[in-house]
Amino acid sequence: MEVPESIYPLIENACRDLYIKSLKEIPPDVVEAIRRAAATETLEVAKRIFSHYLQSIDLGREQKMIVCQDTGIPIYWVKIGGNLRLDGAKLDDAIVRGTERATREHPLRSSIVSPLRRENRQTNCGERIPIIHYEFQRDSDVLDILFMPKGSGSENMSFMKMLVPADGVNGIKRFVLEMVVGAGPKPCPPTIVGIGIGGSSDLCMTLAKKATTRPLGSRNSDSEMAALELELLDAINQTGIGPQGLGGNTTALAVHIESAWTHITCNPVAVNMQCWRAERRRARIHADGRVEEGF
Amino acid sequence: MAEFHLKTPLSEADVRALHVGDAVLLDGVVFGVRDGNLIRVFDQKVAPPCDWRGAALLHTAPNVRKLGPGKYEPVSVGTTTSMRMDRFTEGLVRDYGVRAILGKGGLSPASAALMQSYGAVYLSVTGGAAAMETLQIEEIEKVYWEDLMPECIWQIRFKALGPMTVGIDAHGGNLQHEIQQQAQQKVAELLRRMGIA
Repeated sequence: MEVPESIYPLIENACRDLYIKSLKEIPPDVVEAIRRAAATETLEVAKRIFSHYLQSIDLGREQKMIVCQDTGIPIYWVKIGGNLRLDGAKLDDAIVRGTERATREHPLRSSIVSPLRRENRQTNCGERIPIIHYEFQRDSDVLDILFMPKGSGSENMSFMKMLVPADGVNGIKRFVLEMVVGAGPKPCPPTIVGIGIGGSSDLCMTLAKKATTRPLGSRNSDSEMAALELELLDAINQTGIGPQGLGGNTTALAVHIESAWTHITCNPVAVNMQCWRAERRRARIHADGRVEEGF
Repeated sequence: MAEFHLKTPLSEADVRALHVGDAVLLDGVVFGVRDGNLIRVFDQKVAPPCDWRGAALLHTAPNVRKLGPGKYEPVSVGTTTSMRMDRFTEGLVRDYGVRAILGKGGLSPASAALMQSYGAVYLSVTGGAAAMETLQIEEIEKVYWEDLMPECIWQIRFKALGPMTVGIDAHGGNLQHEIQQQAQQKVAELLRRMGIA
């Protein structure tokens, strides 16, 4: 199915809207998880922190305010329907332009700088930014774009280790728990703890990030991985770090694992954390120009 | 745990009265600082263009809308992770007389010791709740070093900023650090129980 030229401005507009709206409307599954977590707290300080979270969520939804000032690193997870015939370079350009326009037109803080000279173009774009991941969906006519503005408080809490096969799953458990506790208050807990297992070093880290984009309540389709998700979540929530690391019952909202097969000598594990707001927003764009928004 | 409603600039007596876990609301001018401008002050040795005696410094970099030359209105002003700026605590409390650092995630035991000896506190703002914090702003009064945008020094007047939680008091208490240490002991115990000692 050949897509019309008019799809590219549509993608550009959709990406602008995804960026702005993602900062204002927290995904419903996340809101629900924060409400549930708030209800379990007995400590005065933890209750205070959760009430601030819930007030800010409401201000975002009702008064269209940006919930957190961190506009993040813009990251797009793009799934291209296998039946669509489109120009990849034009798709790329449309995503970048949408990102720049969101920054200028709202306006948003530009959080992106060059790594050594720290030059800021005030567009939230630069070399290899926004980050765009491409995947393909067999037998589909839809262009599915999932956007996340990844805040730096949690992104700075990213860890990777090339364990060896002899370290086994116990090595993975130890690494995850030590990193989450080492991160302590810094990633704005309660977090979604994304874990990558297997692959190469780079794929492992990407899987950890991708794991944080899964809706809360979802489980890994492999029963052994799903059991590991629950075991680690239970352990993390026994540490008492709590909201903002000020103490409490909920340190993580979820543990999500994504995996890949790996080399016979490798046992890679990566941790990427997502802060309590876990912003994400999705646009499903059809070849006929229909755009469905979701999370 | 007590509740306090204070006004900047802060005196040593103001901050010595606080203890970890207390709730604090703050009125008056607060200076927004972070990585870029503190690197300029301490590594590039450029004196800050404002008087920080008794000041409250907030780790932030806001979203703003420009209204005219040097004039901005807030769009979303929130709080960033303090630990990145930990090594600047000494200069701030010893050389510039800062009385309160406002941020999220806490500061190190070394910073807590400095705060105890010079009479300063760390107030933990609720990270990620910028929408609430933004509504507590009366005005962005002045902006220094606009070439660092958004990492300028922001002179912001707040009405009832908070309630913040006293994370480090001037008596040696460091709440977030203590909770993290307890968590580390708990993980060691959990790993033993999971048969991974």
